[in-house]
Amino acid sequence: MEEGKVLEIKNLHASFSIQKKDYEVLHDISFDVKRNETVCVVGESGCGKSVTTLCVMQLLPNNGKINSGSIILDGEDLTKMDKKEIVKVRGKKMGMIFQEPMTALNPLLTIGFQLRESLMLHRGVDKKKANEMAVEYLQKVGIANPESRLKQYPFQLSGGLRQRVLIAMVLSAQPSLLIADEPTTALDVTIQKQVLTLLNDLKKDMNAGIMFITHDLGVVAEIADRIVVLYAGRKVEEGTTEQIFRNPKHPYTIGLMNAVPNVDADEYEFAPIQGTFPNITEDIKGCRFNPRCTKCIGKCFEEAPETIEVEPGHLVACHLITKED
Amino acid sequence: MKRENQIAVAFRKLLKNKLATFCFILLILELILVIGAPLFTKFDPLAQDIIHHSAPGFWAKSSPKYMEGHWLGTDELGRDVWARLLYGGRVSLSVGFISTFFGIIIGTFFGVLAGFYKKLDMLISRFMDILFTFPGVLLALLIVAMLGVDTKNAAIAISIWSIPSFARMIRGRVLQIKEEEYIMAIRSIGAKDKTIILKHVLINALPTIIVIATMRIASSIMSIATLSYLGLGVPTPTPEWGSMISTGKQMIFDAPWLIIIPGIAVCITVICFNILGDKLRDILDPSLKD
Repeated sequence: MEEGKVLEIKNLHASFSIQKKDYEVLHDISFDVKRNETVCVVGESGCGKSVTTLCVMQLLPNNGKINSGSIILDGEDLTKMDKKEIVKVRGKKMGMIFQEPMTALNPLLTIGFQLRESLMLHRGVDKKKANEMAVEYLQKVGIANPESRLKQYPFQLSGGLRQRVLIAMVLSAQPSLLIADEPTTALDVTIQKQVLTLLNDLKKDMNAGIMFITHDLGVVAEIADRIVVLYAGRKVEEGTTEQIFRNPKHPYTIGLMNAVPNVDADEYEFAPIQGTFPNITEDIKGCRFNPRCTKCIGKCFEEAPETIEVEPGHLVACHLITKED
Repeated sequence: MKRENQIAVAFRKLLKNKLATFCFILLILELILVIGAPLFTKFDPLAQDIIHHSAPGFWAKSSPKYMEGHWLGTDELGRDVWARLLYGGRVSLSVGFISTFFGIIIGTFFGVLAGFYKKLDMLISRFMDILFTFPGVLLALLIVAMLGVDTKNAAIAISIWSIPSFARMIRGRVLQIKEEEYIMAIRSIGAKDKTIILKHVLINALPTIIVIATMRIASSIMSIATLSYLGLGVPTPTPEWGSMISTGKQMIFDAPWLIIIPGIAVCITVICFNILGDKLRDILDPSLKD
């Protein structure tokens, strides 16, 4: 394993069984997250963003399973671990921040109780010490008068505060990988900005890697070091933020960029991608994007494109792109 | 903001409802009467006076027994009805509470396991279904027949009787709670199943448990009365509301109050517990509403 890689996903295939039939939801996904780096996973709803996170956390629902591939976290392959070992790694080495801060805290227990629980579990401290540390962590995530907050219940906190509490909870275990599944989607824009800044600061502080799931390209531009674009369970493009925003190669990525309204333009217009996202039950031959792609060539309908590296670190899977470009 | 105990909040809300408050006071009164039975009657519930049997109480002022202080009259063996009602209440209520208590512990145990672990669900749920297929009384009869007629055995039978309905309702609630995002979140910070169940699932199922327990006390009291009525609950001569009705039925035309009085006692208790349970449900767990 290369130095500095926290997470390495290699050729991951996962499927869901619906009424006894298997449908592949992730096909040959590979990417990695280095220390002190934020990797944004971008794509439409249903493209496999969240499933990827659940694979990493090993929290797939009962009907989902990983078929092949490996997920290497800090040098250990998660797919080869049994349940007991996973429980030990979960939270300790990787922490997850959820989309909906309103429901991700137990409504009947105080903030303090829930924070202490994480601290006592992962740091092995007693209740008194855990309380002190909880105050510290709440301060770290920018919550004013933390002592009184500890005694409050989730319903007494706003969405932004709850998200901060959740971040504090995840951080308190000092994980090397932070998974954030659309942590800002449910928050309003000013709070979004605050939470993103907070995550950026904490990343530098802790020397952890962040895997950030979102479909908000504004957020991506703000926080990402590298971007992975998924479409229908396949990785279509990967590169640094610079590469993807300045020089998108795949027609889907180009479509995504065009779909963001340009406020500077005289006419407030944007170009959505035509067609709708395929259902997982649909069997599309060749490139999965071909029904919606405007630049299709004959090959697109016959075989799936290979992933090629167009410049260092910039990977694209499209028939139109060849190495010589 | 002041931190408040959830139970205290629920209780205060309950007292805002006039009907619920009335039932609550009635039940407390009943408990005081029953627990302090010797203070409220000078008669021994077992003392017979065969010559003055089936004497009417206050509704026939000329009755000689009424003059002596038997204000609810005497039964077919000349025992004081009021004393038997109070001492009998001890048995009825304690069997009701105790069997509900054990029923809920065992039922919750199975319900949580079935709801939380999909693999165990099949086994436990089918077993509960089998228990369900027996009419409750038949099941209780079976258990009493096996163990023998005794108050303790009746309580055991009623506990077992109430297990399947507890287990099923709690399983349903746990299935719901299990899908909540905070359970996923707590799992993602590395909590073990034991922690999740004890600290997070149970506490969220608690309102449901309280509500169905309240309702269940009522039916447990009915059950012990039923069993005693059938002669399989509390052995004679121990007074009990159901056995009082059972023995009183021989005198149904001569002394109807011998069934009416304990019948009213059972009715009031059961209705009060049911109304209380109903209102508690509205406050604690609106999701249970049909």
